[in-house]
Amino acid sequence: MLEIKNLHVKLEEEDKVILKGVDLTVEAGKVHAIMGPNGSGKSTLAYVLSGRDGYQVTEGSVTLEGEELLEMEPEERAALGLFLAFQYPVEIPGVGNMTFMRTSLNSIRKARGQEEMSSAEFLKVMRAKAKELKIDAEMLKRPVNVGFSGGEKKRNEILQMAMLEPKMCVLDETDSGLDVDAMRLVADGVNALRDAGRGFLVITHYQRLLDHIKPDVVHIMADGRIVKTGGPELALEVETNGYTEILAEAGAAA
Amino acid sequence: MTAKAILGHRAARRAAKLEATAVRLEALQLPNSGQWLRRAREMALARLNHMGLPDRRDEYWKFTDPNTLLQPEVLPAKILDITDAAMDFVAFDRLKIVFVDGVFDADASDDLSSEGLEIVRLAEAGASDIHWAREFYGTLEAEGQKPVDRPLAALNTVLATDGVVIRVTGKVSRPVSLIYLRRETDAEMILHHLVRVEEGAELTLLENGPGAARLNTVTEAWVADSAALHHVRTQGRDHERRAATHFFAQLGAQSVFKSFTLTANGALSRNESIVWLNGNGGSAHVAGAAMGDGKFHHDDTVFVTHAAPDCESRQVFKKVLRNGAVGVFQGKILVRRAAQLTDGYQISQALLLDETSQFLAKPELEIYADDVKCSHGSTSGEIDADQLFYLRARGVPEEAAQGLLVLAFLAEAVEEIAHEDLAEEIRRKLDGWVSRHN
Ligand SMILES: Nc1ncnc2c1ncn2[C@@H]1O[C@H](COP(=O)(O)OP(=O)(O)O)[C@@H](O)[C@H]1O
Ligand SMILES: [Mg+2]
Repeated sequence: MLEIKNLHVKLEEEDKVILKGVDLTVEAGKVHAIMGPNGSGKSTLAYVLSGRDGYQVTEGSVTLEGEELLEMEPEERAALGLFLAFQYPVEIPGVGNMTFMRTSLNSIRKARGQEEMSSAEFLKVMRAKAKELKIDAEMLKRPVNVGFSGGEKKRNEILQMAMLEPKMCVLDETDSGLDVDAMRLVADGVNALRDAGRGFLVITHYQRLLDHIKPDVVHIMADGRIVKTGGPELALEVETNGYTEILAEAGAAA
Repeated sequence: MTAKAILGHRAARRAAKLEATAVRLEALQLPNSGQWLRRAREMALARLNHMGLPDRRDEYWKFTDPNTLLQPEVLPAKILDITDAAMDFVAFDRLKIVFVDGVFDADASDDLSSEGLEIVRLAEAGASDIHWAREFYGTLEAEGQKPVDRPLAALNTVLATDGVVIRVTGKVSRPVSLIYLRRETDAEMILHHLVRVEEGAELTLLENGPGAARLNTVTEAWVADSAALHHVRTQGRDHERRAATHFFAQLGAQSVFKSFTLTANGALSRNESIVWLNGNGGSAHVAGAAMGDGKFHHDDTVFVTHAAPDCESRQVFKKVLRNGAVGVFQGKILVRRAAQLTDGYQISQALLLDETSQFLAKPELEIYADDVKCSHGSTSGEIDADQLFYLRARGVPEEAAQGLLVLAFLAEAVEEIAHEDLAEEIRRKLDGWVSRHN
């Protein structure tokens, strides 16, 4: 599904190298988790995948279902089926949540040569999915993320993901700032989308989210590289011992 | 220069200015009109001779050059073959009053008699010795000359060739719609309207259409106690026209005045709003949304005077500028000593879509009462990169995303329109413009 090969990334504006050769393959139907200390480059990876400005890829390649991702505009990547749940969802005063979502959905459908979804159908689907995430109708009417609590913003990301049904979902610290109940809602939202045709890359700093979204593979990222890869037990190791031991071990190996 | 030399210099400049004004005004022909109207014109002419015509060196005109609004010959403006400006509000049940190149067109207009309304042409009121307009014509304009000169308004009082005189005695639900059409490339339209909304009465006044190559309109409005006047105006896509407009409104106790103007293009527009809150508990909202592309100079100049306690006023102006367009905002809130518990708000913002466009703003507060709440702010900025990326990451193509953010930016001004169906009409129009640009 998603193949990242030897990805090197530096900042466009300064000579700061952030990703130093990332190799990662996410197969369809699988959930991969990336864990790692703050500043290790997890969000940068997510942004580079989705096409944000400000980064320069100096080496390596990324393909999604065989298509070269790095040459594409962000909207083309979205149309291809890539979705990023933002670590910091953006507020857009003056644009209603419903308008935002409908424009998004129909833009993607149009890019794929599909017919736009009718207003009535859209409303029905949106309301049903919002209800599952306990997002009330009032919130849908408000401008995008404006006045939302941290948890509401994260649930709104998952709602967007549920609406767009992307092939490849990248979740960047969707668990941060969530209480236990909100975390369960988010996890349920993700689990509901798990199927054989869809890949997940779940970025998290803590292990807690992975109690609810059981990963197939866990990667540890440090200083712009994947330093260790293992099964779900790796997440538990991080939980009990912290990063220091794993990093020391990986450093010794390297 | 010494203080004395500066004073001498100023006096010399003023003398030169008055001299030039006298020469220019001497050449004017006052329009034919009845006795009282002729007298009112002469009084305005005297005011004008006293203050002088404006030039770029006047403080009030430092951002906008008035020359093309004043010079004797009208610069021709190409007539666009798009009719959309004339089509605004077309789906609304309204009383249509049509002017073509500044002249009332009875055939194209609706019957002017209507429940709760008295409407006559200015010329007709002027010919009648006993018409109420006699006590009103030019009086708010004259009042509005303090503390700042508004010579173009006085010039209008002198020269207005047509206009309507409206008295509202009931709650009128059908809007009165002034439609300005143009046929000649170099016509000038000088209209002067009077609107009296009597106690407890209500009116919605619409204005749209390209107007003329050059236009100068003055509206004087009296909104009595507990009355309401809603004003929605579109200055449509007419790239070369030049406009000077003044809307004077005097508000009574518990009255409401809401004015909104949508402007898209036009070589030059100077829209002045002058509002007095003279009775307790009045509310005045003046708002505007402007979109300029290329050779476009748009100036909103607003002066709100709080003269009575417990009143609320809002000024909300938003401009989207690109390709060298220029936006100007001069807004003032003056709170007199008697106006305790004033709630005054003013915001002016520009979205600059490139580096060649500019926004010039002069927000002012002048407060003499001690118990008031007043705030103002003025900003100019670009499209927010994070918002743009968020939309694109959700599959919205760049230009459409930019359009959506432009509409979002203008939304706060459009929200000032009280009637949701009119606000919706304006949003539809903006939507059309934004998608056409893309
Ligand atoms: N736009 C940027 N400008 C400056 N530094 C940046 C920028 N983006 C990322 N960085 C730096 O790159 C490193 C990796 O950041 P990030 O990808 O956000 O890490 P993580 O998500 O793992 O916490 C950090 O040192 C961070 O400060
Ligand atoms: Mg991060």
